[in-house]
Amino acid sequence: MIEIDLEKRLGDFQLAARFSAEGNGILALFGRSGSGKTSLVNALAGLIRPDRGRIAIDGEVLFSSAERIDRPPERRRLGYVFQEGRLFPHYSVRGNLVYGRPRSRAHDATLDFDAVVELLRLAPLLDRRPHHLSGGEKQRVAIGRALLADPRLLLMDEPLASLDFAHRAEILPFIEELRERLRIPIVYVSHAMEEIVRLADTLVLMSEGRIAAVGSVEDLTSRLDLRPLTGRFDAGAVIRATVAGADLTFGLSELSFPGGRLRVPHLGLALGTPVRVRIRARDVALALAPPAGLSILNVFAGRVLEVAEDRGTMVDVRLDVGRPDRPVMLWARVTRRSTHDLGLAPGKPIYALVKSVALDRMSFSPYSRVGEADGL
Amino acid sequence: MLLTPFEITALVLSIQVSVVAVVASLVPGIAVAWLLARCRFPGKALVDGFIHLPLVLPPVVVGYTLLVLLGRRGVLGAWLYGVFGITFAFNWKGAALASAVVSFPLLVRAIRLSLEAVDRRLEAAARTLGAGRPRVFLTVTLPLTAPGLLTGTILAFARSLGEFGATITFVSNIPGETQTLPLALYSLVQQPSGDAAAGRLVVISIVLSLAALVASELVARRVRRQIGSAA
Repeated sequence: MIEIDLEKRLGDFQLAARFSAEGNGILALFGRSGSGKTSLVNALAGLIRPDRGRIAIDGEVLFSSAERIDRPPERRRLGYVFQEGRLFPHYSVRGNLVYGRPRSRAHDATLDFDAVVELLRLAPLLDRRPHHLSGGEKQRVAIGRALLADPRLLLMDEPLASLDFAHRAEILPFIEELRERLRIPIVYVSHAMEEIVRLADTLVLMSEGRIAAVGSVEDLTSRLDLRPLTGRFDAGAVIRATVAGADLTFGLSELSFPGGRLRVPHLGLALGTPVRVRIRARDVALALAPPAGLSILNVFAGRVLEVAEDRGTMVDVRLDVGRPDRPVMLWARVTRRSTHDLGLAPGKPIYALVKSVALDRMSFSPYSRVGEADGL
Repeated sequence: MLLTPFEITALVLSIQVSVVAVVASLVPGIAVAWLLARCRFPGKALVDGFIHLPLVLPPVVVGYTLLVLLGRRGVLGAWLYGVFGITFAFNWKGAALASAVVSFPLLVRAIRLSLEAVDRRLEAAARTLGAGRPRVFLTVTLPLTAPGLLTGTILAFARSLGEFGATITFVSNIPGETQTLPLALYSLVQQPSGDAAAGRLVVISIVLSLAALVASELVARRVRRQIGSAA
């Protein structure tokens, strides 16, 4: 359980954040640059001191202006992976990794050095110096270093922001593995929606130093009022599904969700694996009747919930393509002309067409948290 | 070139005085540099100015001030002698003190510049890894200050080797006690027949300085490799 209630003035910027969230899995802080995400994480880590407020993790108070508690960063047991790595240039990779190892016998580290080295594939790097590492390697070492300090919670401040696309794709699976294998709670700061979709269990939306909303990724991305924060061009919905079959002849995977079966490029995941899929609004087309003679594989029957009034040529339409007991929200982006021609209005039965090839590798994340993904 | 006992005495004394002066200045030098680089306190500009005084004052003024303060009958000197039995008057310790005082600003300046260049974000990272302030200082700040420590040490050592005015004013020119290379050279130049001997001392001084420079360059390379960056 993470409880935060703090105020901090930083020049012209006022941070006033207040929320509490279950402290397991990955909690993502999402917002534009300058929305206060990093300041919030720094306050959590004890690197900046709030003017007022209270910070507690699992009931343990780390900061409280009322009780005059301010634990120094070294006694908060929070691992911190910084955007720029911040490896010590005068130590080897091995020296960096062991820097934070708990040194008292009484406190036995839960993570084994070799296990972390293996998990992050650091063995070939151990004797190198940080300036001989690539950006992706640096971040892997930084993650390992934070983990080996045996933190109760891992803070990651845009750990992928300084990397190019290829290196980002290299690091993401490691972070997913941390969640699956180590079960260490993570607070993950990002302004990239595709990272959030792949990683986040809980989403905290920040805007101008304040918390705009807290909830699941699926709920928050389907809310129209949060659209200015969750992104417009890249707007989309997130659905949960399970791997239900594979069509090896054509290299496709079939995902089952309450709205039917979604065929996507082959994922290489075992049957029954829960996955989360992000379907962007611009990859969904609408039809009044089930179409024939079409290359699109995924057709879902549903009805229109809402037509977002907009001044431009584009209109976002919110649909429900699930069953009455298990609604599944999708967004479709169509022209205003089509809205008019098809007579789209709330309640109208509709067919949603999703192009399989539009769902790239970044759209999926295996999702195996017990109890949350069952019953689909 | 075999050295005469006179030359050996002056050479050994010079090295002894300079090494002691620099080694004894290191810890206070780091402390003062840290204070000036990292802390804000009233009168900071005054402290900064005071530390730098020996750099701009004529060395004779520094030597005379030391004599007045720390001579056997000086304000501090009498007390030190009475309570601890320590005196700096007319012995090699006084020569080392004079060297330390005049070279101190050079040491502090170099360390301070280096301290200001240390990436404080690395210190913050170390603290999130469980290191308290003392450990952060010893394992992150100080190692990253190494280039400045090295430069400061070399400058201070060089300044000490060449120290003349403050030393001769404070502790006089006593062979075997306070007569370092420059003072010995000065004595020889005063004698009508001292030219040849003076020439030999000049050569010794040049060799000693060159050796110090080469040694420092070797250490500097090592430090650069250790810290690793392109700096």
